[in-house]
Order: sequence, then C-alpha cells, then structure tokens
Amino acid sequence: MTTPKHNLLHSVWNFFCSLKLTIFTLILLALTSIIGTVIQQNRSPEEYIRQYGEGLYTLFERLQFFDMYRAWWFLALLILFCLNLIACSIKRLPGVWKTVREPSLTMAPDTLLTLANHTRFDSRQNAEETAQALSESLSSRFARPVLTRTEDGLHLFAQKAAWARFGVYVTHLSILIIFIGAIIGNIWGYKAFVNIVEGDQVNQVWPRGGGEPIDLGFTVRCDSFSVTYYDGSLRPKEYASVLDVIEDGQEVISDRKIIVNTPLNYKGITFYQSSYGPAGPATTRMRVTPKGGSPLVAINREGEHTPLPNGYSFAVTGYAQSYQGMGPAVQMHVNTPDGRHGNPFIVLQNFPDFDSRRGGEFAFALLDYKQPQYTGLQVNKDPGVWVVWIGCLLLILGTMAAFMISHRRIWITIEPKGEGSVVHMGASAHRNQAAFALYFDELKKDLTKNLVA
Amino acid sequence: MNSAQFFNLTTIGYFASMVLFLVYLIARSPKIALAATAVAWAGFAANTAGIALRYFEAVEMGYNQAPLSNLYESVVFFAWSILLVYLLMDLKYKQRAVGAFVIPFAFIGMTWAQLGLDDAIAPLVPALQSNWLTYHVITCFLGYAGFAIACGASIMYLILDTQKSKDNKNGILALFPDIRVLDDINYKAIMFGFPMLTLGIITGAAWANYAWGTYWSWDPKETWSLIVWFVYAAFLHARFTRGWVGKRAAWLSIIGFAATIFCYLGVNLVLSGLHSYGGA
Repeated sequence: MTTPKHNLLHSVWNFFCSLKLTIFTLILLALTSIIGTVIQQNRSPEEYIRQYGEGLYTLFERLQFFDMYRAWWFLALLILFCLNLIACSIKRLPGVWKTVREPSLTMAPDTLLTLANHTRFDSRQNAEETAQALSESLSSRFARPVLTRTEDGLHLFAQKAAWARFGVYVTHLSILIIFIGAIIGNIWGYKAFVNIVEGDQVNQVWPRGGGEPIDLGFTVRCDSFSVTYYDGSLRPKEYASVLDVIEDGQEVISDRKIIVNTPLNYKGITFYQSSYGPAGPATTRMRVTPKGGSPLVAINREGEHTPLPNGYSFAVTGYAQSYQGMGPAVQMHVNTPDGRHGNPFIVLQNFPDFDSRRGGEFAFALLDYKQPQYTGLQVNKDPGVWVVWIGCLLLILGTMAAFMISHRRIWITIEPKGEGSVVHMGASAHRNQAAFALYFDELKKDLTKNLVA
Repeated sequence: MNSAQFFNLTTIGYFASMVLFLVYLIARSPKIALAATAVAWAGFAANTAGIALRYFEAVEMGYNQAPLSNLYESVVFFAWSILLVYLLMDLKYKQRAVGAFVIPFAFIGMTWAQLGLDDAIAPLVPALQSNWLTYHVITCFLGYAGFAIACGASIMYLILDTQKSKDNKNGILALFPDIRVLDDINYKAIMFGFPMLTLGIITGAAWANYAWGTYWSWDPKETWSLIVWFVYAAFLHARFTRGWVGKRAAWLSIIGFAATIFCYLGVNLVLSGLHSYGGA
C-alpha cells in the first residue's frame, strides 16, 4: 500500500514527466511570446497611454506586457519548461543508458523473428564455422560483433551509432546550459555605453537603463572617428573609431580600428561601434580672395563671425556632405562693415573657382571642413557567453545526432543442425527504418552468399 | 544574359511545372509528371544560374557581397531552397503529386519578387557586412524550405483525411501518396528543417553578439524565430504521444509554416526591429 503522501509525490513526478505537458508548454510559450512582438517593449508610459488609452494601459501594465520576457509568469513558464525537460530526461535516460551500455547480446530465435527485419536460413557449415564466417563479414561490412556462447547455440551481436540515442538528451542538456549561460551573463555581466569625443579618453562607462557609472579598470582613448560613404551616394560604407587602451600608464593596445561587426575586446569587456554624432562647433578653413586683391586663408568656427579685410566678416551656417550630388558644400553669408546681413550662398569644395562668378566682394573656396565627432560605443561584459556557445554547439550536435543518425543493431543466433547449422538473423534501426530495410536486404545477400546450403 | 533574365526563366519554369503537376493530377499520366519534374529541374537550374550571375554582377559593381542582402534576393533564394529540398525529396520518394502542392510556393515567391520587389543591387550597410550574413541566411532558408515541403504534404494529408471516410479514392486523390507516406514526408521534412532552423537561430545569435554584443535581445524577428522553433519542437514531441499524430500533426505543421512565413515576411513588413531593413 502506498501512503497518500507518496501518491501525491508520485503524481507530481508524473505530471512533470508528461510529454503532454511538454507539448502544452511549448505551444503556450509560442503563443505568449507573440504578445511581446506586437506590443513594443520597454517604452515610456506616455507612449503606451497614447497608443492604448488609460484602461488598456493599466491592464497591460498589471499583466506585465510591457516587459513581458522578464515578467514573472513568462519566467515561470520557462522554469516549467526546464523542469519538464529535466524530469523527462531523468525518467528515460537510465533505460537508454542500459540499451547502449549493456545491450542484450543474445536473443532467442523466436524473438529474433519478431523484429522488423529478419531472416532465417540453413548453413552448410557447422555452427562454429558459420559464426566465424558471419563474424568476418559483419566486421567488414557493418561492425565488429560480440560472440556469446549459450546452450542454445552461438550468438552474434553487432551495433552501430549507439551513441545517437543520446542525441536527444544532449539537446535537452544543451538548452539548460544555454539558460545557465544567460543567467551568468545577467548576474555578473553588464551592458553599458560611453561616448568619447575624438582625442578624449574615459575610464568609466554608463549602464544602460541608468545607474552609477562602472569603472573599467583601464582607460580607453578615441584617436579619431570617421564615416565613409559609397561612391556618389549617401549610403554609409563604414563607421570607424580608432581606439587605444591604456592601463597603468602603458598603452597596451594602440591604434585599433573598430568598425561595426569588428569590436574591440579587452579583459572580457567588449567595445562595439554603435553610434556617433557631432561634438562641439566645426572648424572651416577657407581661401578668401578679395575683389582685386590677393588670396588669404581664413579659419572660421561654426557659430562665430570671422573678420575679413575692410570691416567685412563672414559666418558658416550649414554643411552638407553632398550638396545636390556635387560633393561637400557649406552655406555661408558675408556681413557688410555696417553689420548688415548678406544673402546666404553655397560654396562647393569640389569647384573652388565657382564662387568668383557670384561677383561678390569676396570669392570663397572651401579648403577644409572639420567637424569633431564623438563615437558612441556600446560596452558589454558577458562572462556567460562562452557557456551559451558551448550550449549552442551541443544543441547543434544533439539535434543532428537525434534526427540524422540512426542506432542500428543486428542479432544473429546460430543453432547446430546435423552437419550444418540454422542461422536466425534479426535487425532493427531506431530511425529511418525504410532505408535500413533496404540496407538489411543487401547485407543479408552478402552474408549468406557463401553459407547457404 | 543577365540575372534578371534568368529569374524570368525561373518564374516561367516554375509556372509551367506547377501547371503540369496540376494537369497530372487530372490526366493521371506519368509522362506528364515526368515532364513536370523535368521542367522543375530546368527552373531550378535557371534559378541557380541567376543567383550566381547576380553575385558576379554585384562584384562587377565593386561590392563583394553574397546575393542575400535584400528582400528581393532573399525571396529568390527562398524559392531556390524550396526547389532544392523538394527535388531531393523527389529523388527519394518519387511521389510526384506532392509537386502540385510545393512548387506553387516557389512560383508565388518568384512572381512576387519580380513584380513587387525592388531588384536593385545596393551595397550593404555596415551592420550587414559580415560573413555571418551568408551562414545565417542559408541555414534559415534551408529550414524554411523543409517546413514548406512539410506544409505541402500536410495539406495533402488533410485533404486525403477528409475523403478517407467516404472511401472513394477516385479521381485526383488516387494519385495522392498513401496517407502514411504523407505523414512520413511531413516528419522527415521537419526533421531536416528543425536542425537547420536551430543552426539559423544560433548563427544569427552569434552574429548579433559579434555585431552588437547581445546574442539575444527579444527583438520581434528573434522572438518569432523562437516561436517557430517552439511550434516545431512541439510537433516533434507530438510524434511520441498518442492523439497528437496524424491530423493534429498535420495542422501543427501548417500552423508552423504560417508562423515561419510571418517570421520571414510579416515581421519585416508589419512589425519593427533589427531586421526591418528587409522591408525597405
């Protein structure tokens, strides 16, 4: 008699071992995951209220739909998924272990003939000789068999790819390993960002989502930032920062170029090119030719007026990387000596003689435009990422083994009969039976060729 | 000839093959089925040539990139993947009627690509300049193609299943493979597609980690790929449970493919996220 308590434990165990629970959990996970793809995650309350109205907002907020992949109920579903996976594996693994490690080496002739693939024939050689011959053929064509002698006769057992049986458990284990890696990364890692103006250096980064700055333990300097474009278009080709790493006053990494898809890693902390932007006023260098005079070079800071001869001055008010397909250009104007604001005009860098045709008091040619930039770096530390990759590798190997490799077994029992012997042969494959049936027919022909009476 | 002309031939080939397969269902002549298969092979050859040419056309323009960079190219590649997996299946099973339910997916894809999508060769933005792009796209689409074939077989399964009770396997249905063969094709195609999708998700995660430092960010595309993965994982486990085989498995397979298509197109066209470049 089992006690009620025992019964309860038993039903709980059975509940977690159930394959129906697996299907149910997988489908539920699929259905609930949709919510987070339809409702944008982690936006501001104002945005949500604008989109859904007060009533729905309150409901969704309570259901944690706005950060649903971290919601308690979604995590609970994932935990249920893991428990189910562990319980199922624990329940079935010992049986599979036994099949692989202690295969039944002998099989009674009657049982043999119940297998999906089987045959029976009379051999003209005696049992020992037949066993010897079959052993040799099996070794060369399939796998080296194990010979067992019982009072019934001689038994051969050969198998291939028994380990494929573990594929499914490797798959299950790999999922748990990936979860463990993710948890490690969440607890001991961080995601942060930092902006560095060209020429500046930092030794702290700011966690995403707010909080105290994190000390890197070393210094990162940005030598320069640049954007390049595909010829004749505004389509960016490359964003690149040139970074140095300085530790204890020593430059440990010098002039490392980092671009999107090529990050910099130092001491487990990785820096990714993520954004950029203007930092401070731009500097323009121009050749200015007064009417009838000789040219001079003027340097202008954006937002300021630069004096010109005879009381005039000029200012640059805009810049375009490509003005109407004609290359870099500035927009500027000239102020008269009495402070009157002149009409704005465009100066193209690629056409230095063009501005003289305007017929102004001065002709301008753009020599150089320099906008200091900051580089926006994403800074990540994830000590769990290697665990995740090991899990992924096992996941690939596990699913491949589970779906593509078949455990094939052959049993042969040889009974003496007069001068010769009777051979019973049976075989099974745990996957792709149709292909194995064809294989078995071929093998059968080969094995029996020189033996049949 | 340029790649666009080869893609025209591809579309014509898939259309002809589809029509021949439908004629086969009505006329029941094995010769027509053979012709349909031959035309499918010809279309596949044109599709292959078109993709190869497009690669060289991009190289000539100075962009060394695999022809997998925008929606047009990916749809063309999807059609190619479907044909590849279908033709391999056909070599093994020789169940010609299945073609009538699989080739239309490739034909619709090619037609949409040619009539509705921008076929300009544009250079890759920095985030997409990675070899991971190639591994990721190839594995994902081989997975999708497996699911497309499973879906075709499942539709046939359900059609056959409704007729089974009346026991009149006349007309078109006489050409359908045995219901157990359809069930087997469904499973085999998913057993091929599932590890490919897994590989696709992992290569995507590896790339994301390399490019942005986050292997998983619950972006809609990522989440949908996981949804598809969950559905097919449920399908595979359903095989071991009584009551979840046959008809229910066929429905799961069709739902899985609908989710796959949404993951591929719906997310780009409807939702926003990292992969929305594809909708541009």
